[in-house]
Parts: sequence; structure tokens; C-alpha cells
Amino acid sequence: MLAPAEGGLLDLLESSQRPCVLLKVPRKQGKLTLLCDAKTDGSFLVHHFLSFYLKANCKVCFVALIQSFSHYNIVGQKLGVSLTTARERGQLVFLEGLKSSVDVFFRSQEEPHPLQFLREANTGNLQPLFEFVREALKPGDNAEAAWRCPVLLVDDLSVLLSLGVGAVAVLDFIHYCRATVCCELKGNIVTLVHDSGDAEDEENDVLLNGLSHQSHLILRAEGLATGFCRDVHGQLRILWRRPSQLTAQRDRSLTYQYKIQDKSVSFFAKGMSPAVL
Amino acid sequence: MAAAATSCGPRAGAPGCVVAAAGKDSVTSFQRRGPRASGPDGGCRRLASIAGTRPSVRNGQLLVSTGLPALDQLLGGGLAVGTLLLIEEDKYNIYSPLLFKYFLAEGIINGHTLLVASAKEDPAEILQELPAPLLNDNCKKEVDEDVCSHKTPESNIKMKIAWRYQLLPKMEKKEKNVLRIGIQNLGSPLWGDDICCTENCNNSQSLTKFLYVLRGLLRTSLSACIITVPTHLIQNKAVIARVTNLSDTVVGLESFIGSERETNPLYQEYHGLIHVRQIPRLNNLIGDVSDVKDLAFKLRRKLFTIERLHLPPDLSDTVSRSGKQDLAEPTKLLGPGCGVTAGGKKHLDF
Repeated sequence: MLAPAEGGLLDLLESSQRPCVLLKVPRKQGKLTLLCDAKTDGSFLVHHFLSFYLKANCKVCFVALIQSFSHYNIVGQKLGVSLTTARERGQLVFLEGLKSSVDVFFRSQEEPHPLQFLREANTGNLQPLFEFVREALKPGDNAEAAWRCPVLLVDDLSVLLSLGVGAVAVLDFIHYCRATVCCELKGNIVTLVHDSGDAEDEENDVLLNGLSHQSHLILRAEGLATGFCRDVHGQLRILWRRPSQLTAQRDRSLTYQYKIQDKSVSFFAKGMSPAVL
Repeated sequence: MAAAATSCGPRAGAPGCVVAAAGKDSVTSFQRRGPRASGPDGGCRRLASIAGTRPSVRNGQLLVSTGLPALDQLLGGGLAVGTLLLIEEDKYNIYSPLLFKYFLAEGIINGHTLLVASAKEDPAEILQELPAPLLNDNCKKEVDEDVCSHKTPESNIKMKIAWRYQLLPKMEKKEKNVLRIGIQNLGSPLWGDDICCTENCNNSQSLTKFLYVLRGLLRTSLSACIITVPTHLIQNKAVIARVTNLSDTVVGLESFIGSERETNPLYQEYHGLIHVRQIPRLNNLIGDVSDVKDLAFKLRRKLFTIERLHLPPDLSDTVSRSGKQDLAEPTKLLGPGCGVTAGGKKHLDF
């Protein structure tokens, strides 16, 4: 199975105003990409990766815990993909957290439900969720439209802490997913975690630090240090890492500022916003 | 909102008597000006014809009014159906109950169903004290407080269509209606939680789980919810951050009562500040964020206004005036030609 060209970053840069260096990311598989947002909303990155992988013909399992299906669908249509079509074709397996939580809570389930931990008192176990992911991404027996590498997308992991799952249980879940999706199936994982900043959320910090050390690529969306700006919505720090290699070489990192528009996001170098030039 | 207007007798407090704001001038965009216009596309009209709702001009999202036109404007036209509005209470809980009541009163005027939950007051008493709607001068009549059981008034207007049907009894068609949910002081010790009592609280997860499942219910139904939370009492900042992330819209009230700003002549125009902490991104990559970040509110006799914080110009002869350090937060005021050092209180007078 071929990995798609990680042209996601190329897409991000295509509408920037200046001819930036084309970032050639090696075509690796089995990568864990960590999306992180601090003092801003990084959901635009989730929408980007979802549409990117669907367009690249990958099989996607999307654990969407924050918003409804129609929200992602409408934004996806603006970015050029139809989630409804993808779901019907079998390319997209969508777990709608908000709707399922109501089902889990109010209706008795015979079989284990992926969000079963909602019914448990504390420190829930995410094993049913992992079984769901594994079942969704396992290669089909018949040659059903050979999808490219499988992708697990989670939006987001921080909310699991609010739902009674401990940080260690979430890290275990990601560990199991990596073993299956990244190593066994040679797929990718993309997940979003909030950075609580000065809110001193210790559980969240444990989760964030643990994931940062395992990730190959970290995209961190931050608010501007100077505060709100109408033309520059924030700053994106991109960090490439090599978690498995013990190397003294410094990890490569870049910083861009961005502005989110109706159907796209434009990136530019710091201070190079078209509004100020 | 029915076009018919009942005329109540001049006696106030008559039970079961409701005045609909029928004057054209007082009708907001959430209330219809005339008989329901028949549109060509039935589907869209079905949704938009739910009383008290209108589609957003920006993205077609169905909105309901919060009861305060100024707050509606801040939120981009109104509160989206299916979302949760969290109000961070002001310190002495004087102004947040007002926003709560405006929301409920608006629901009654529009004929929405209400669900009110409060640990502090009896919900029936809350409903007794709802503010009257703003009417224009022509029909200033008292609205009876006990309006939660009001029915659509019998229309005396002759039906223009199909005169034959006029003789048949009116069939109450079960139409879709919006449910407004109001929960007051959630998280306060009155609910039995210890979130406001200690930093290492045990109940924070039940609160966050509740908010999550509530939002799931809201998304799958035609409802809108307002919750007030005493965040100034919550000692654990992480809980506040999680509660904020689990809500859609978050608005914080900061009253001047008890602070030095209460007596500061610069702020005498206002009663407090209002902070829009979070605006949701619904069906969009970006939300409707207002440019103005310094907003203040004032409770006038009839109206709760929200406006841009405006400080009067400095016309005094001397450079220093009381509260000048205050200005560093909302507006950066440049002293006349001097560099103001951070934290320094003295102003060099050249």
C-alpha cells in the first residue's frame, strides 16, 4: 500500500503570498501526527487532514468526539470532500461521539459500545474504543476498492479526560492504536490535544507530553502573543521529530502565521501578512 | 408569533392574559411582522417557520434570540439552536440572573417550551419574576407573570383562505417547537458539588460528563440551553478550562461592584464588563468573532445595554489622574509625550 505524498503541508502553503520553500516531507508511513492548540482553536487542522486523507483515497476512521457529523460534512464540502459519499462508499468510518453518547447513556446496550466508558464510574477503559478502531481499519477480505493506507483521526483526545478517562488510559489507547495502525497496518494516526497552558491541567499535560515524545510531526496552533488580530488569526509551529532514533541532530522546526478564511487557510511567514505589507 | 393581538383589560395581573407585541415598531427580527408568508420552497420554510427562530444571514444556521438584542448581536445574530451558552457569573450574582431571565422570557413570548432548573430558587418563582417584554408606546400593558401556561389566543381575524374552513373547529397542529433549557448556578455547592469548595474536587468529572451528554442531546434536538456557572468560585483553573471547552458559547460577566472601578469616575457610565470568551465555529472553519474586545454593560431602567467600552477624553490640566493605571488594561493610553513605564505610577510632567 502506498502512502500518499504528504502534500498536506504543500496544500497549506499553496495560497501563501510569498514563494516559500517547498517542504518535501518524506513519504513515510506509520506516522503519528500530533495537532495541538494553545489559546486558540486548532480544529481547522483536523478539517484539513480529514479532507486531505479522503482526497488521497485513504481509508479513514474518524473518532469525532467534539462536533456532529453534519458540521464536519459541511466544512468538508467547503474543502472539497463529501463525507456522506465517503461513508457510503466505505472509505470513511465515522464515530459520532455526541450522538453516540446519548445512546450509550440512555439506552441499554447489549454489545460493548466504543464509548462504553461513559457509563463507568471512573478511570474508564478505552479497550472497546480500540476494538472499534481495529475493526474499522482492518483490511477487507475482498478487494473492495483498494484504499490506500489506513488513517486514524481523533478529534480530540483532551475531551476523554473530561469524560472520566485517565491520562494513562488515553496513552495506552494511543499505544495500542500505534501498534496496530502504524506498525501492523502501516497507516497514520492524527490526533488533536489541547494545550491547557496556564490552566495547570496536570492530566492534560501528562497526555500532551507523552504524545509529544511519540510523535513524528507536531503542528502547534497558537494565538498571537500580542493578542487578537483580525488579519492574523494565529501562529502555526511545525516540528519534525524522529522519536525512534537517538540522534543528537536537532529536530527541524518552522513557524508560520495564518489566517483562516471561509474555504481555506492562508499561511505566510511571520510578519508577512498581506494586511501589513 | 401570531399576528393576532389580544386586548387585555386595563387591569394588571389578570390571569391567563397575554399581550403579544403587535406593534410593528417593537417587533424584532425574530417575530413575524405579518401573517406567515408562503414561500416557494416548502422544506426551508418548514424549518424557518418555527416560531421564534430565524436563519442566520451568515451561514443559514437556525438561531433563537437570547432575549437581549445587544447580546444577540455579539453572538452573531442570536444563539444557534442545538448549542449551549455558558454564562460565567459575576461576583455577587446580580447580573447573570438577568440574562437567565431574559432568555426564559423570550422563550415565553415566542411560545417555546421551557425547562428551568435551579438549586437556589424554586423555578416556579423564577418564572414569576420574568421581565415584561419591551412594547412600543401604543400598547403598554402589563404582562401577567404567570405566563408559562399561556395558549395561543383565539384569533378573531377572519381567515382569508378557504372561507369554508372558517366554520370548522381549529385543529391544533402539533408543530415543531423549540425547547429552551435554563440551568442556574451549575457547579455551585447548592447542587451538592464540591467544585467550588476545594481545588482537588471529586465532582468535576460528573459536571464535565454532564455537559458533554447535554451537548449531545442539544445537537440532536431542536433546543437551546443557557447555563450560568459561578466560575469565580471555582478554584481549579483546569476545571474552568474543561468546562469552557465543553460549551459552545461562553460569555463572562464582570461587575464593578466591590471593586475600585465602582467609584472610579471613568467607569461611572457602566456597571461592568462583559467578556466573550468563546464563540463556536459551527459548520464553518471560523466563527463569528467580533472585532471589539472591550465591552461593557449597563443596566438601565428598561434595558440591559452592551456597548463598546468608551473612556472619556483626558481633559485635565495635570498629567496624572486617578485610575490612569487602570487604563492600561482596556485601552493603551499614551501619556502626553511621556514614556509610561510598566508598573510605575508616577507620570513625569515635563
